[in-house]
Formats: sequence, C-alpha cells, structure tokens
Amino acid sequence: MQNAKHKRQIFKYALYKRLSQASLVVSLLSLLALVIFIVIRGLPYVNFQLIFGDYGAEPTIKPALVGTLYLVLISVLISAPIGIGSAIFLTEYTNTKSKIIRWVRVATETLAGIPSIVYGIFGYLVFVVALGFKYSLLGGGITLAIMILPLIVRSTEENLLAVPKSFREGSFALGASKVRTIFTVVLPCAVSGIVTSLILAIGRVISESAVLILTIGMVVDKMPQGVSSPGTSLALDVYYFGSFGYPEQASATALVLLILVLAINIIATVIGKKLNKFSGGRL
Amino acid sequence: MNKKYDITVRNCNLFYKDFHALKNLNIDIAENEITAFIGPSGCGKSSFLKVFNRMNDLIEGCKITGEVIIGDMNIYDKDIDITMLRKEVGMVFQKPNPFPMSIYDNIAFAPRTFGVKKKSELDEIVEKSLRRASIWDEVKDRLKKDALGMSGGQQQRLCIARALAASPKILLMDEPTSALDPISTGKIEELVNELKENYTIVIVTHNMQQATRISDKTAFFLLGEIIEYDKTENIFSNPKDKRTENYISGRFG
Ligand SMILES: Nc1ncnc2c1ncn2[C@@H]1O[C@H](COP(=O)(O)OP(=O)(O)OP(=O)(O)O)[C@@H](O)[C@H]1O
Ligand SMILES: [Mg+2]
Repeated sequence: MQNAKHKRQIFKYALYKRLSQASLVVSLLSLLALVIFIVIRGLPYVNFQLIFGDYGAEPTIKPALVGTLYLVLISVLISAPIGIGSAIFLTEYTNTKSKIIRWVRVATETLAGIPSIVYGIFGYLVFVVALGFKYSLLGGGITLAIMILPLIVRSTEENLLAVPKSFREGSFALGASKVRTIFTVVLPCAVSGIVTSLILAIGRVISESAVLILTIGMVVDKMPQGVSSPGTSLALDVYYFGSFGYPEQASATALVLLILVLAINIIATVIGKKLNKFSGGRL
Repeated sequence: MNKKYDITVRNCNLFYKDFHALKNLNIDIAENEITAFIGPSGCGKSSFLKVFNRMNDLIEGCKITGEVIIGDMNIYDKDIDITMLRKEVGMVFQKPNPFPMSIYDNIAFAPRTFGVKKKSELDEIVEKSLRRASIWDEVKDRLKKDALGMSGGQQQRLCIARALAASPKILLMDEPTSALDPISTGKIEELVNELKENYTIVIVTHNMQQATRISDKTAFFLLGEIIEYDKTENIFSNPKDKRTENYISGRFG
C-alpha cells in the first residue's frame, strides 16, 4: 500500500516536472519561431532607403520614426512628472492604509487593465472631436500619456515603498525636512527602478497601435510638421503596409520595431543596474 | 555657549490611539551624564526616547501630553522648530541605518541640511565627526565608497559620526549595540564613554552589564511607568523597589 502510494507520488512529481519543462520549451520555441520568421521575412528589405529615404514611389518609414519620436516625447514628458508626483504623494504624504488611498489604488489598477482601444476611442472623442485637434500627434501623445500614467504611478509607488523606513527615520532624525528626505534619500534609492519603469513605458508607447489608429490619422506618406500635425508611427506603418499591398515593407518595419523594443528592454535593464551603484542590490 | 541642555520631564503621557503607552513619567536628566533606560520588552523605553526628539510626530495617532523641557524650552510648544530640535538632539538607532551613499555624503548630510556648502568646511566637519566616533582611521582612505559596504559595527559608528556631524548637545541611542558582535559593542561602549565629556547621552539597553559599565544613572521601566530612577550603582547594588530587584536579578523580563 505505502509503497504503491510512494511510487505514484514519484511518478506524479516526474510528470509535473516534464510537463512544465515541455511548456517552457514550447513557449521559448514559439518566441524563437516568431523572431526567426520576422528576421527572414523582413531582413532582406531593411535598408537605408526604407529607414531614411523620402516617401515616394517606394514607401519609407522616416515619417513613422519621427512620429514615434514625437509620441514618445509627448507622452513621457506629460506622464512622467504627473505619475511620479502622484506616486510620491500617495506613498509619502498620505496614510497608505487609509480608505481613500485604497480606492485610488484600486482605480489605478483598473485603469492599467483597460484595453487600449478604449483609451483610443476616448482620445478620439475628446481630442479629435470635442477639442477640435483633428487627427494630431499631440492628441495621440496625450492619450498615450493617460494610458501609461497608471503604469508609472504603480511602479513608482512600488519602488518608493521598497525604500526601507529606516532611511526616512534616519533622515528626519538628522533634522531634514520631508522634502529634503524625499529628494536626497528616498528618490535616489528608488531612481533606478523608476527609470526602468519609464523606459518600459516607452516600450509600451512604441508598440501601441489601437490608440493611434483613432487619434493620429495614420498619414504614412508625409513628414509630420509639428505636434499638431497628423502622423504615423512604426506600429501603424506595419498595419498600413500589411493591409495595403506592401508585405515586404511590413515585415521590414516589424523587424525594426522588434529591434527597437528589444533595445529598449536591454537599456532598461542596464540602466537599472548602473543607477544602483550605491545600493548594490542591498536595499 | 552657556545655554543649558538638561532634560526635565513632567507628567508625560503618551498614547498610541487608545493605547496608553507611557504613564505620567517624571525624570530629570543632567547635562553631560549618561542615563540608561532598562526594562522588559514593550515597556516603553523606545517610545520615551523618541519623546526627546519628537520622532513620535511621525506616527499617526500618537498623542503626547505633559511637559518636556530641554534647557529652557518646552519642546512640545507650538512654536518649536522641530528641525532645530533634532539638530540639537541627535539619535542613533538600533539597526545601523547609513544611507546608501558614500561615507562622506552620509556624514555631510546634516551639515548640508543646515546650509553648509563650502567644501573645505564640509571636509573639516566630516573628518572631525569621524575622528570623534573613532572610525576615521578605518575609513579615511575610502570616504567616497558606499557606506553600505562596511561591517555592521563600522556602520553603527558611522551613524554615530553622522549624528555628531549635526553638532548636537544630546545624543539618544536606542539599543545601539544589540545588532553587533562583542568587539564592536566594546568599541561603541568605549566611544560612548569618551563622548560623555561633551554630550548628554540617553541610552536604551537590554544588557545589564552595559548599563553598569557605561551609565551614571539608570531608569527602570515597567509597563509604561518609571519604577525607579537613581545612580546606576544604587539601582544595581541596592534597588529600593522589589520589581527592580526582580528584573536586574533576571527573575523576569
Ligand atoms: N507605532 C506604534 N503604534 C502602536 N503601538 C505601539 C507603537 N510603537 C510601540 N507601541 C506599543 O507601545 C509599547 C511600548 O513600545 P516600545 O517600543 O516603546 O517598547 P520598548 O520598551 O522599546 O521595547 P523593546 O525593548 O522591545 O524595544 C508596546 O506595547 C508597543 O506595542
Ligand atoms: Mg525599543
């Protein structure tokens, strides 16, 4: 009896182990397949003309690169100060256990979970229609800012909460004010995590498409003339080229996008490590 | 220069919300003496220590009544500048808590808070404070290195130096050696004895020998009350209260 049960347990353990190994292999393989597929299909068509050439008979992604840059700048310049400021307020100036704060937290979490097309329709109704921006990079950038705001608030909050209370106490006990404590002790401890999350938010902006279809107009063939002009982004170009008869350029643009997002993730990791110089992971 | 820095407490009560943690405490602490607070865990030693630099202000729902007079000012008066109070009443915590910055920046933290900007002046304060805390020789070649790379004992002496850099008159220490090995503990006790000449020191300790080795006076706390407060030798050789006797002879707590 005992023996049979024991054997069954060993068998079960081995089975679970194999199953989890298999699922890991499957997910890695599918990721690899995707990357290889994009590289094979896209790499032959990635060239100087595609990336930096003027849009003419042959489509290029120069307008999309500039558009994407605009969107990143607009959304991060708006959401970073507001998001970091809100997180500082939430963690340093309010009682983290109070009811209102718990509600605010639930609200941010919910906002972070809303599908981006919902943000898109919001941006369309508010900026394109109601405020009369028409299709514009500004309207799209602001909508993206609203979309990444909860992400930034959440992760900044987490990074601030991870700073040990003993640092704050030490600072106060030395006569430092709240503001000085936040800026010289708490934020430097959290800065690597905050910068990392900002960079990851940039990744979100770069890969977003649903919001932009509804807000910036997908003008793939003209260079944007400023924040109030309509435009396009890399992700939108992939969609446009794919749907309107340029499959090679679609694959090439997808590859550029993939490399960009990969680079951003690597930069985020490296910066996270670099800025941690003085805490050496001991926090 | 002849401002006085003795501490007088009259009818001090402390509440954490509804919990009455300190009950009607009275004590007179003389300048340039070392006073030890002893007593079983949870009797309110740390709470009382934090009364002297108003660290309890940070705790939500904490209320303090009575008078706490340092020199000639009631530190719970409305118009007290808490920043200046904490400059004059330094604190060292149970667990060493150097900031994750360089050793130099740790020591320069308080002077910078109070507006010292000149490099030469800061250099001087840093060296003087580290010398006072007898750690200068160990760190003088690595002032720009991360303070968290030091041993626990060094970190605690760094924290003492950091507190001294604010040029306080009173130093509060909450079990400063309880996280340290015997050798580091010995060094800190030695240091505390040296500091006595220039500072008034109040130290919480769970170590009876430590109290007898370093303190001039000892206060025994029990359940939020001061049961007995006297010269240290009297407390340990000739306690007046039965409960004090029981505690120091290890019969409870
Ligand atoms: N922030 C707080 N909120 C509510 N109660 C508290 C708080 N801090 C301390 N107390 C309570 O007040 C009493 C005194 O605590 P305190 O930390 O002053 O004791 P202590 O003598 O320093 O103990 P120990 O020797 O363990 O450090 C304890 O019963 C404790 O539970
Ligand atoms: Mg304590």
